Amino acid sequence: MGDLPPYPERPPQQPPDRRTSQASQRQYSRDQVQPLAADPEEGQQIAPDAQRNAPGWSQRGSLSQQESLLMPRAFQAEEARIGSMEYPSMNTGFPLEFQPQPYSDESRIQAAEVTTSLMQRLQQGQSSLFQQLDSTFPEPPVNPLDPFNLYQTDQFSEGAQHGPYIRDDPALQFSPSELGFPHYSAEVPEPEPLELAVQNAKAYLLQTSISCDLSLYEHLVNLLTKILNQRPEDPLSVLESLNRTTQWEWFHPKLDTLRDEPEMQPTYEMAEKQKALFTRSGGGAEGEQEMEEEVGETPVPNIMETAFYFEQAGVGLSSDESFRIFLAMKQLAEQQPIHTCRFWGKILGMNRSYLVAEVEFREGEEEAEEEEVEEMTEGGEVMEAHGEEEGEEDEEKTVDIIPKPVWKPPPVIPKEESRSGANKYLYFVCNEPGLPWTRLPHVTPAQIVNARKIKKFFTGYLDAPVVSYPPFPGNEANYLRAQIARISAATQVSPLGFYQFSEEEGDEEEEGGAGRDSYEENPDFEGIPVLELVDSMANWVHHTQHILPQGRCTWVNPLQKTEEEEDLGEEEEKADEGPEEVEQEVGPPLLTNHAPGTLDHPAVLQPLPAVLSGRCALQPLAGGLCLCQRAKVGNTSPLGWVLVMSHDESMENQRVGGTG
Amino acid sequence: MDADSLLLSLELASGSGQGLSPDRRASLLTSLMLVKRDYRYDRVLFWGRILGLVADYYIAQGLSEDQLAQRKTLYSLNCTEWSLLPPATEEMVAQSSVVKGRFMGDPSYEYEHTELQKVNEGDKVFEEEIVVQIKEETRLVSVIDQIDKAVAIIPRGALFKTPFGPTHVNRTFEGLSLSEAKKLSSYFHFREPVELKNKTLLEKADLDPSLDFMDSLEHDIPKGSWSIQMERGNALVVLRSLLWPGLTFYHAPRTKHYGYIYVGTGEKNMDLPFML
Repeated sequence: MGDLPPYPERPPQQPPDRRTSQASQRQYSRDQVQPLAADPEEGQQIAPDAQRNAPGWSQRGSLSQQESLLMPRAFQAEEARIGSMEYPSMNTGFPLEFQPQPYSDESRIQAAEVTTSLMQRLQQGQSSLFQQLDSTFPEPPVNPLDPFNLYQTDQFSEGAQHGPYIRDDPALQFSPSELGFPHYSAEVPEPEPLELAVQNAKAYLLQTSISCDLSLYEHLVNLLTKILNQRPEDPLSVLESLNRTTQWEWFHPKLDTLRDEPEMQPTYEMAEKQKALFTRSGGGAEGEQEMEEEVGETPVPNIMETAFYFEQAGVGLSSDESFRIFLAMKQLAEQQPIHTCRFWGKILGMNRSYLVAEVEFREGEEEAEEEEVEEMTEGGEVMEAHGEEEGEEDEEKTVDIIPKPVWKPPPVIPKEESRSGANKYLYFVCNEPGLPWTRLPHVTPAQIVNARKIKKFFTGYLDAPVVSYPPFPGNEANYLRAQIARISAATQVSPLGFYQFSEEEGDEEEEGGAGRDSYEENPDFEGIPVLELVDSMANWVHHTQHILPQGRCTWVNPLQKTEEEEDLGEEEEKADEGPEEVEQEVGPPLLTNHAPGTLDHPAVLQPLPAVLSGRCALQPLAGGLCLCQRAKVGNTSPLGWVLVMSHDESMENQRVGGTG
Repeated sequence: MDADSLLLSLELASGSGQGLSPDRRASLLTSLMLVKRDYRYDRVLFWGRILGLVADYYIAQGLSEDQLAQRKTLYSLNCTEWSLLPPATEEMVAQSSVVKGRFMGDPSYEYEHTELQKVNEGDKVFEEEIVVQIKEETRLVSVIDQIDKAVAIIPRGALFKTPFGPTHVNRTFEGLSLSEAKKLSSYFHFREPVELKNKTLLEKADLDPSLDFMDSLEHDIPKGSWSIQMERGNALVVLRSLLWPGLTFYHAPRTKHYGYIYVGTGEKNMDLPFML
């Protein structure tokens, strides 16, 4: 057999594309085989073999062209290495075609046929794979196709003794039976040192460590299987991540059918709570119809409509979030005796955020809770009074009279009554729709005054302390309430004429002209043209009461002593004979425009096609929007309230537009 | 946020209350597509919106193949016509740092800043007041640059580095798990690393060089300048920066949706340490 001339004719056939169907593959191999048959040495046995072989080969449809080429190539490389001196090296033509001759084994011939035809295809120089293979192959010891080669090694070495080592995995496509590898007889000479080395290498790869059960060999097999299954584009660039993913998957099997994944537990809980929102609101189709007949108006406003208008201005939460808020407010309306309510806005906090609802209770409903709170505070005051008296007596008994401090704490300004001034509305907060609503306490003037001086973020927990200087009297719930009060007083505007005062005029003198505090919608309002609204601020007015520096909306003289204080302060009255003249604080009356001279509330008006929006510059981040839509042709002009969605976690006390 | 998934991203980032009106959204979709074609960018990000007194600036950024290379910034006043901004230089940043307050909204507006400069005239040394004009465009460029360097973030694993140098988008990024998503260490600054070399060898040994090649948020100063929250019933993790209020980063765990957007006045919150 020796050296035979290299294959004489390379049939000038145009090989079909790599991606052809199996039928053409078959045909092609048959075509290819014919020149083989022309070779005198092959004889006729080859032709039928080839034909038998071709279908067998095309059965390997799942293998890509590349892989199938790869295999026999490796096969040959292996043969070249393992084989005896009879086999010339790879680079000198392809004499392997003639290997079958020394062997009488037919199946070996088949395999050789396959390889021959494949070699010819390669020779046509079609694929870059060829170059790749070429470059990789001439390095026998460091062959990147080691897994394949090792596989072949198994074939050759163990085939004779105790059957081939076949990985019993259906996903693995390189099982030798498909390729039609033959079982070798003992005619294969055993190159001992090399063989031993290969076996050792494989044993090394198969070892597992104490920390994990996965051997490198298995992992590589998994990885390559995965790559071949998924066929990512440009696999080399994603090799590392695939490697990581494969490893991860081995150790983290998919979800149990019985147990939920512990990580997702809070998510599922929240989802359950929100589902409760939906089911309550639905209540079944029949229930809804009945309800509509009975209940004329629900106190919950149409949040979706207002959200739509705000969206036109570029402000607002997403629509499903708005819908959930709507459902949560309906839930609130069912739980509490509510007359009117409105979604005030959302305040962001560090750990959690607050959704705020502005609520007005029905007449008389509110008193019960208020009284409880007041009793507690009054009890506290009485205790303090007794303490002071005792202290004074003790001091008089001792010989050394400690000089009494002259300083008296400034008198506490009483908070406003509910339903008036800063406490006109009640506020409820919750962290997320679906969670229960918490009521915020009324705000005291001291809290408002202090809130003006500090700037702190909200954490999201209502009972968190507010650590600041000057010290804030209260916890986060009080601070939140104070900020809500300030924002509401400063940024709620409406077009001139939309609201008018109610008809009572008798109260004006009693209140010192400081302000009427009630207003109602003007039924005769006809709308103001958009251009006029945009041009100047004169057409916009505030419709909430301004909070005085004292912290209230209506002024109270703090030096008017109540009875308790008079008893205590008998001795000190003479000392303080010159009380500070406290001036009556007057703020701009309701329903007037606050000119920039007195109060800085410059607003930014952006005329949009249908919606006019103004943004308060003091609360720039989505704060203080007032929307007004005017339908020129139509009759009504629905007005969107100021939705104060305070993105800002604090109030800015600086003037706008200056440096510093 | 990626311009390809603009609508979904805007939905997910809407928890901060700021969004875009439908007409802006629609014009953004078309105009960003054209920007991508004209400038031959690999990816276009809608960066956000800077609120001015008279008008707002809409900002977009274009990225080339290498994700960590210098990004090109464009601005527009109406979401349809975009103009390229020059890259930021240190001089620009230093110059605009003296300007405080809101943006006007007009790119050609000039801020006036008076400085005292010592002038030597012969033997006399006296101070002269010099009025320096700073253009709003310069200020815009420097503010965007500062925000990018300080608070633009991406989740760990979204980009990976190849040994040849360029950084690529990781196509197999499946999202962070829930427990990872709540940790600050799973998020990186989207810029060249500054503090990475300061880590000890022990820390570096645990890092994966293909994924951990940027600074994480863990060691940001001041501590606590990031607020992590779960929204939408625990299905979305939102990070908000307290140093530059208005920057919102969102990520839906276990999915590959993530992005950040800045909607704010462009003013740094210098009072942060007092507010925490």
